[in-house]
Amino acid sequence: MSKYTMHILVCGGTGCMSSHSIEIVENLKKYIAKTGMQDIVQVLRTGCFGFCEKGPIVKILPDNTFYVQVKPEDAEEIIKEHIVKGRKVARLLYTDPTTERHISDSKHMEFYKKQMRVALRNCGFIDPTNIEEYIARDGYAALAKVLTMSQEDVINEVKKSGLRGRGGGGFPTGLKWEFAYKNKSDQKYVVCNADEGDPGAFMDRSILEGDPNSVVEAMAICGYAIGAQKGLVYIRAEYPLAIKRLEAAIHSAREYGLLGENILGTSFSFDIEIRFGAGAFVCGEETALIHSMEGKRGEPTTKPPFPAASGYWGKPTNVNNVETFANIPVIFLKGADWFNKIGTEKSKGTKVFALAGKINNVGLIEVPMGITLREVIYDIGGGIKDGKKFKAVQTGGPSGGCLTEKDLNTPIDFDNLIAKGSMMGSGGMIVMDEDDCMPAVAKFYLEFTAEESCGKCTPCRVGTKRLLEILEKIVAGKGTEGDLVTLEELGNTIKDTALCGLGQTAPNPVLSTLKEFKAEYIAHVRDKKCPAGQCSALLSYMITDKCIGCTACARNCPVNAITGVVKKQHTIDQSKCIKCGACINKCKFDAIIKG
Amino acid sequence: MAQVKVTIDGITLEVPKEYTVLEAAQKANIDIPTLCYLNLHETSMKSNKASCRVCVVEVEGRRNLAPACVTPITEGMVIKTNTMRVLKARKKIVELLLSDHPKDCLVCTKAGDCELQNLVEKFGIRNSSEINKGEQSTYPIDQSYSLIRDMDKCVMCRRCETMCNQVQSVGALAGVERGFKAIVGTAFNKPIMETVCTHCGQCVAVCPTGALTERENIDEVVKAIANPHKKVIVQVAPAVRVALGEDFDYPAGSIVTGKMVAALKQIGFDYVFDTDFAADVTIMEEGAELVSRIEKVLKRETDVKLPILTSCCPAWVNFYETQFTDLLDLPSTARSPQQIFGAIAKSYFSEKMNIPKEDMVVVSVMPCLAKKYEVERPEFNHDVDISISTRELARLIKQMNINFESLKEAEFDRPLGESSGAGIIFGTTGGVIEAAVRTAYEKITGESLEKIDFYELRGFEGVRTATVKAGDLEINIGIAHGLKNARMIMDEIRAGNPRNLHAIEVMACPGGCIGGAGQPYHHGDGEILQKRRQALYKDDVANEIRKSHENSEVIALYDTYLKTPISEKAHALLHTYYKAQERI
Amino acid sequence: MPKIMSLDELKNLRDKVKNQVDLREKGEKVEQMAVIRVAMATCGIAAGAREVMNFLAEEVAKRNLNNVVITQGGCMGYCYAEPTVEVKLPGQESIVYGHVTKERALEILEKHVLGGEMIEGIIPVGHKSLDE
Repeated sequence: MSKYTMHILVCGGTGCMSSHSIEIVENLKKYIAKTGMQDIVQVLRTGCFGFCEKGPIVKILPDNTFYVQVKPEDAEEIIKEHIVKGRKVARLLYTDPTTERHISDSKHMEFYKKQMRVALRNCGFIDPTNIEEYIARDGYAALAKVLTMSQEDVINEVKKSGLRGRGGGGFPTGLKWEFAYKNKSDQKYVVCNADEGDPGAFMDRSILEGDPNSVVEAMAICGYAIGAQKGLVYIRAEYPLAIKRLEAAIHSAREYGLLGENILGTSFSFDIEIRFGAGAFVCGEETALIHSMEGKRGEPTTKPPFPAASGYWGKPTNVNNVETFANIPVIFLKGADWFNKIGTEKSKGTKVFALAGKINNVGLIEVPMGITLREVIYDIGGGIKDGKKFKAVQTGGPSGGCLTEKDLNTPIDFDNLIAKGSMMGSGGMIVMDEDDCMPAVAKFYLEFTAEESCGKCTPCRVGTKRLLEILEKIVAGKGTEGDLVTLEELGNTIKDTALCGLGQTAPNPVLSTLKEFKAEYIAHVRDKKCPAGQCSALLSYMITDKCIGCTACARNCPVNAITGVVKKQHTIDQSKCIKCGACINKCKFDAIIKG
Repeated sequence: MAQVKVTIDGITLEVPKEYTVLEAAQKANIDIPTLCYLNLHETSMKSNKASCRVCVVEVEGRRNLAPACVTPITEGMVIKTNTMRVLKARKKIVELLLSDHPKDCLVCTKAGDCELQNLVEKFGIRNSSEINKGEQSTYPIDQSYSLIRDMDKCVMCRRCETMCNQVQSVGALAGVERGFKAIVGTAFNKPIMETVCTHCGQCVAVCPTGALTERENIDEVVKAIANPHKKVIVQVAPAVRVALGEDFDYPAGSIVTGKMVAALKQIGFDYVFDTDFAADVTIMEEGAELVSRIEKVLKRETDVKLPILTSCCPAWVNFYETQFTDLLDLPSTARSPQQIFGAIAKSYFSEKMNIPKEDMVVVSVMPCLAKKYEVERPEFNHDVDISISTRELARLIKQMNINFESLKEAEFDRPLGESSGAGIIFGTTGGVIEAAVRTAYEKITGESLEKIDFYELRGFEGVRTATVKAGDLEINIGIAHGLKNARMIMDEIRAGNPRNLHAIEVMACPGGCIGGAGQPYHHGDGEILQKRRQALYKDDVANEIRKSHENSEVIALYDTYLKTPISEKAHALLHTYYKAQERI
Repeated sequence: MPKIMSLDELKNLRDKVKNQVDLREKGEKVEQMAVIRVAMATCGIAAGAREVMNFLAEEVAKRNLNNVVITQGGCMGYCYAEPTVEVKLPGQESIVYGHVTKERALEILEKHVLGGEMIEGIIPVGHKSLDE
């Protein structure tokens, strides 16, 4: 048995690893060894804790101490003070921004208070490379239970849970399984869609890095339910850590007889292979994903036929996203009735979001459906950075739309977000403040979708390009009011005619910002002004009479656009100014304004 | 067949439940416009990528517009094909296509045959800012001896890709790049000449725009005719005469041989000859080779192998030189009729007429684009100087101010203008082998063949087999048209020839030469191929001589010049060799 | 690793490996736990704290006590009284015992932790180490 009486968990997610969390682990082990307590103090690398804003995270148990922004050189102090002397290292504790008090226990942090970790239940809690820790957390017990049930009962349980696809579409998972189950075939496939592509989103990556076994177990459960013996995980090659941990999980599951022939002594056999994607956004669309796995060009085909009827190599195939799968074992362990009590009427369970943008607590969160945007942004997210004013939040990534102040009290669920002109998407949530220019934001998203369009259908291939060109004109101050009409018309045509979800939703950022921030667009095209002060082509810098003639601006102007004599008000030559903003930053007297 | 009730534009009708919205609409006589969609009935060519989105319609209960070409109908479906929403979307789609399309329609090779242009006209799209704004894709022009790829004009319908991969199994073309830069291209963007392309030109035959066109050689022909020091000789392939009329508004399947010959004479060719004559010579050589190989194999001699493969189709030759390099001892060594004609013209005919071959220009009119490539093969020393397609001939006739319809029918010149019915049916799948069997039968049995029509060899199935009895000998024959079918049969041969086939005819194009890439555009109408095919068989029956070896001019050629088939002289002039081509 | 061939084998393995994450699970709700903290500084170890801790850990596992956490603490400054053991019951102040042997540890576990009654040998302390 384990003799450890203290566990030090260090976040081993990609984010914290890039902030040297491996060295933290090494140093902690080194100093533990020096104290001779390596047999009673365990140091281990876990998956993501979610609080990426303050990473790397080190958590000490059982006294539940949550250290933030730990550096490798802090390891010695943690061991000497906390472990040996029993004194917490106050400077590494999280400081609540409102009370300015240290908080030691993460449960008391606003960031975690309103969260509910179902899909992320093991992330930041177990060693993802050790299957026994997963088993210790009732891992594979759901599979064991499922193998005593009939296929119909398994599917009914998933249907009863109300679980909907977490990859974006929100299609009822149980129904999807049922379709694949009902299509008779000698061979069927279970596919896990790990081609997470929204800019800034990393829900699936974190699950695979932090709890790969939950996905493996869920795929086996799905395989049993629909009658498939083969599972495939389509994952982008740019997720090397997730791939490594998933490979390790599959390998151990095989070793323990939890994958392979006659699982748990039953007649059910199932195994999983990994397929690498080259990181194309469109390959998250299930038909494109299947083509890519077949070695074909990654582009979608019209549905029907749905993959449940004709998928991988024409066989019935069930495709679910990573987060969807991560929910499955819990549904069987705690029951569909437990699960369907969480959330709203039509959206059950929780949802993982990647919080990003102008928000204090950037990171990965899991919240029950029905929570409001306000709670997510202000309570969990800690509000807007630098006390700026909230302007909009983009949900659903590049396929979603911008929601504004008036939508903040909307309970988040699949249908509400669509009703508000956005969508759940896979869980990207980007917060924008008063400094963000909405036409520029729309342009940013269009750049992404136009680049990621597979180029198959006309509206997406040419249409998104034309939308982007118009937006480029607008932010460059060359737009006309007629362009706004074209944007809307073209956007609606693309939405109405594009082949797949990528194209159909690509105009959303344009259409929603156009709807919510029309005045800002008009300011760009009619007045040639950017109210947010972002579009450099539309800005001019001016020196006011607050100028005392200190010459700091003139000395720092890289293009010598500022002239003036000492102790006299300076002026900017607009024909030379490149609008870099260096003068504003240098002026100590707030004498330079832009507008 | 189970029927389903649907309502389209207020018309309620019952259609088979397998139908798409497009098919159901066609049944209701509603013409939903299409662009990327192409279904060449009775061949395996069906391209329904649903990529252009021109055929979108409103389906009640559906959030988005639905592409008619791939949307399956369901019971009670209510479809609207002409609402304001549909019309606007459709027009916008074509405007988007035009916004990334060169506007040089006046001088485009495809002018008049362009399906995009037809849509523009149909939708009443005018020169507006909509179609003129934004970046245009530009790509370098790529060309082979046979075809030109001007990808600026590509609309990403992917018909060429379907043709090249699904129908022909060649795999030279595929979608590359993505987004706005997406295009149908070659592996590693190599010039088409460096790829496995067989130059069959079927991509050209299905391209809706001017992105893929034939390399035109009309000007060279005009120049040769204008040169007083040159004797210009023309040969016309069998399939041309049953298709040329289409470009002069004759119904498909019209046999216009007489007017065609008259036109060629009026254009100014010094001699108007028939490739059918050379086809008869081909049969003499290939038939003799077949008989000789069978006899040797029966005697268990191991220096030759069976089955023998026909070698008249130049795209097929390119195909096996790149794909079946381990089986290069199987094809007949007989040159194609085009090249046999060229060789005879520049030897036998040259000597006979006392025209130095340097002063001769041999032009061929072919239903084919691969023949242009064949002309350039170094081993043939430009025996044929210029090859033009059926379409080019039609253009040339028009350029020469000839009123085709009013021409008085004329006859081919002698001696290389005489032909048998066997030579005529070379133009369709099954025809070459039937012609060969008519001759081989008599050579093997020594008896006269009474029942000349071998119906068992005719048909349109992609792969067909039949056994023909010649006395005691049973000859197992395989026939394939379309290169994917050829691949299937070749894979079978590679796997040990389980059906013990002795002779195999392959034509690269679906339908054979009647469906050649140089023929007037069929625009997806499979009926046209059938009518051309029927016309060839009709022309065969109309001919008094129906066996190649009974062609009197062929007999004279052998008596006075070549002596016997596969003689040393025949071998030097009329046979060739094959070499493996390493291509990607 | 021999393959798991039945549900029972899976359960057995789960029970066997449960303690790998047990401490963490208990830590997640440490305020509802009885925490026994053995001072494991050099002085404590020299006086036999390790044996005491191992003993307590085994007892807790053996009795399957789901609401008791055994952990270690640092030097509390009572080097004269090592090994020292701190007991904190949910909602109560923590109590520190000095000179804890295996026998006394058993007594602490049975009487104080499980029975709720303090035993002799308490060191009067002023500071709280479980909360900051």
